[in-house]
Amino acid sequence: MLIKMIPEIGHFALVIALLLAIVQGTMPLVGAATRRPLWMAFARPMAAGQFLFVAIAYACLTASYMLDDFSVANVANNSNSMLPWYYKFSAVWGNHEGSVLLWSLMLAGWGFAASRFSKDLPEDMVSRVLGVMGLVCVGFLLFILATSNPFERLLPNMPSDGADLNPLLQDFGLIIHPPMLYMGYVGFSVVFAFAIAALLGGRLDAAWTRWARPWTNLAWAFLTVGIALGSWWAYYELGWGGWWFWDPVENASLLPWLTGTALMHSLAVTEKRGSFKSWTVLLAITTFSLSLLGTFLVRSGVLTSVHAFANDPSRGFFILMLLTVTVGVSLLIFALRAPRVSHTVGFNWVSRDALLLINNILLVIITVTVLLGTVYPLLLDALGFGKISVGPPYFNALFVPLTVLMCVFMGLGPGARWKSMSARDLGRRVALSGVAALVLGAVLPLIFAEQWNLWVAIGLITALWIVLPMFRDLFDKTRNASSFGAGLKKLSLAYWGMQLGHLGVAVTIVGVAVVSHYNVERSVRMGPGDSVQVAGYEFTMTNLQARRGPNFLADTATIEVSRLGSERSFEMRPEKRLYIARGMPMTQVALRPGFFRDLYVAMGEELDGDDWAMRIQYKPFVRWLWLGALLMGAGGILAIADRRYRRRKTAEAPAPAAQEAHA
Amino acid sequence: MTPKRKQKLFIILGLMSLAAIAVGLTLFALRSNINLFFSPVQIAAGDAPYERTIRAGGMVREGSVSRNADSLDVEFTVTDYVDDVRVRFNGILPDLFREGQGVVVVGELQPDGWIRANEVLARHDENYMPPEVAQALEEAGYSPADFQAKAAEVGKRLEAQGEYADDNGASQY
Repeated sequence: MLIKMIPEIGHFALVIALLLAIVQGTMPLVGAATRRPLWMAFARPMAAGQFLFVAIAYACLTASYMLDDFSVANVANNSNSMLPWYYKFSAVWGNHEGSVLLWSLMLAGWGFAASRFSKDLPEDMVSRVLGVMGLVCVGFLLFILATSNPFERLLPNMPSDGADLNPLLQDFGLIIHPPMLYMGYVGFSVVFAFAIAALLGGRLDAAWTRWARPWTNLAWAFLTVGIALGSWWAYYELGWGGWWFWDPVENASLLPWLTGTALMHSLAVTEKRGSFKSWTVLLAITTFSLSLLGTFLVRSGVLTSVHAFANDPSRGFFILMLLTVTVGVSLLIFALRAPRVSHTVGFNWVSRDALLLINNILLVIITVTVLLGTVYPLLLDALGFGKISVGPPYFNALFVPLTVLMCVFMGLGPGARWKSMSARDLGRRVALSGVAALVLGAVLPLIFAEQWNLWVAIGLITALWIVLPMFRDLFDKTRNASSFGAGLKKLSLAYWGMQLGHLGVAVTIVGVAVVSHYNVERSVRMGPGDSVQVAGYEFTMTNLQARRGPNFLADTATIEVSRLGSERSFEMRPEKRLYIARGMPMTQVALRPGFFRDLYVAMGEELDGDDWAMRIQYKPFVRWLWLGALLMGAGGILAIADRRYRRRKTAEAPAPAAQEAHA
Repeated sequence: MTPKRKQKLFIILGLMSLAAIAVGLTLFALRSNINLFFSPVQIAAGDAPYERTIRAGGMVREGSVSRNADSLDVEFTVTDYVDDVRVRFNGILPDLFREGQGVVVVGELQPDGWIRANEVLARHDENYMPPEVAQALEEAGYSPADFQAKAAEVGKRLEAQGEYADDNGASQY
């Protein structure tokens, strides 16, 4: 009996969560404005309760999937009894309703985390932060209940089996990519709430930044890894070996990442120097607004892609309204209150402050250009000027030069001092690295590649220009210590986090530059017994056979691959699958990954006789792309572990001791 | 000028010049990289430019796909059920490419009326025409609903014939 009611329980839990969120979004905010401690005290319990009930709703939906309850429309449309259990589990977020529920679960989760880890924050600040988060939750829960109820039933005519999960989404990458990405998107809601709370309270001091920084870093790290996972997934799953398409959906995730990166750096200035305050707050608002914009673009159905599940215009309208209200209200608060928190601190033109200012300006310019290219076609279409598309050349023409320009300043940043330093001093610190980067970057492609390529050289020079000054800086920082090891120990985790993050950027740049220009791709016609040479490897098709998987039929080719002039060989088995429930064909790529190169074989289409069109690719350094992103994410996390964010424990510890002494 | 003012001036000048460069680059890049969409009826009317990258779309006409026997050259007809345009492509067609289904090609229109495609994108819209095509039909004075119904009918009929694209694979079991 109870099992049959699971969807209703979930639905009911959502309604309770909404009510709790409404209380969370009003009482503490009013309480903070009118200084009523009792009202403010509502914040924490409500955040916990709301998280609990959204989690119950989410668990109910998952249970419906696991139990194959096809009377629930959402399950019937996106699952199938033949689906392996782990895909049933991940199918929950492989569709519009479920993914919005996951969004809300994470939002409530971040709110709960903020309420737990804010013991040393002033009570009015906590109530404002949680109040703002409560309001955002209200928006999303209303959205679910009004337009995208995941628990809708198909009664009495329930189907006997489900329509199956889109085969493109039946993959390990999909199990982890959306949750990671959402953790990032939604995580920026915390720093957004902090920013609004600071504006409302009129207080934005060093303590505030120390508070906002770890949350920003954490959200940013999740987003970085989420984007990288998406790129990796597209690489092996879509079957043509691309890793970034400048697709509006990808851009939607890149936009908050760019402003989030700017925000992290601007927060550093605000903490160390007390400047850039209003700018930091504005970036926090922008970043979360872009997260919402991304959600709108992806979920409203204005775009057609794997990600666009929704086609119901009321949903798009609802998110657009949510976006407008959020952006409008927060900018209004910003306009009214920002003068209160702003504070001018002078700095010299040659200083880390100035370099970080340039970093921020460039990141914002990049964001604007990407935003323009993404939204322009949609705007023209909405205004009735015809259907256009903005292709990758536009993005490459702008993104690449601007990134290179930014990296020029990035190489200078870590070595520069706060406030002011002499240009000569800075020049002396980086001169050697600059020369070395130029020479090595220009020469390396000559040695290791058959032909020299200007863009690869620029990429390598840029990467070396970021990395080499870091070593120099490490040397400078440890020079005065008794030993090198002792010097290293003195360096803070935040410093290591920064270095690791920057190293990640350099690694990604190397990957992008090399794989974009030294990639070899051949589309060939092959049958059993045929062989072809690509980039120094010989590919021979030895066998072609049919097999049956759990929920698909497949043609599998066996390709024997050996390096020219080498005896050793290995097998690769690309597949062409036909998923039975949807009748949808899918390419299953065979990959031979390596640190310096990937071999990539995909089956295209069947031709006459036993021949198949095959796509064979040699992708040098492609792993570096994602490796760099992982390093960036690790850098962000490492910086959170820094001692100064844990200071309260050491500060609290002596207090009882002091009391005892008095007694 | 006080140092503080001087610094402000530099910041403002720097910002303005950066913004000017960015706007200039953006406009230039946008102008040369916008691909307009045309449907067969617009191409037949001579609206589309020759030898510039455009996007064209419609349905793949039934029985129009022909592969060269020993290379990866392929030809097919894209139709909106009013006019047709011939497309030539060298390479691997996407998984979802089927006769009777929606398709968008990116390529250049040649003076003798066919399109040299650089990229073929299949649209996974199960039973209907890409919205761009429906809109183009409407603008040309046709009722898109009729043609949409026709497209759906062809799509359904082809689907009912079984997974002809994969009949080799499926029939072996």
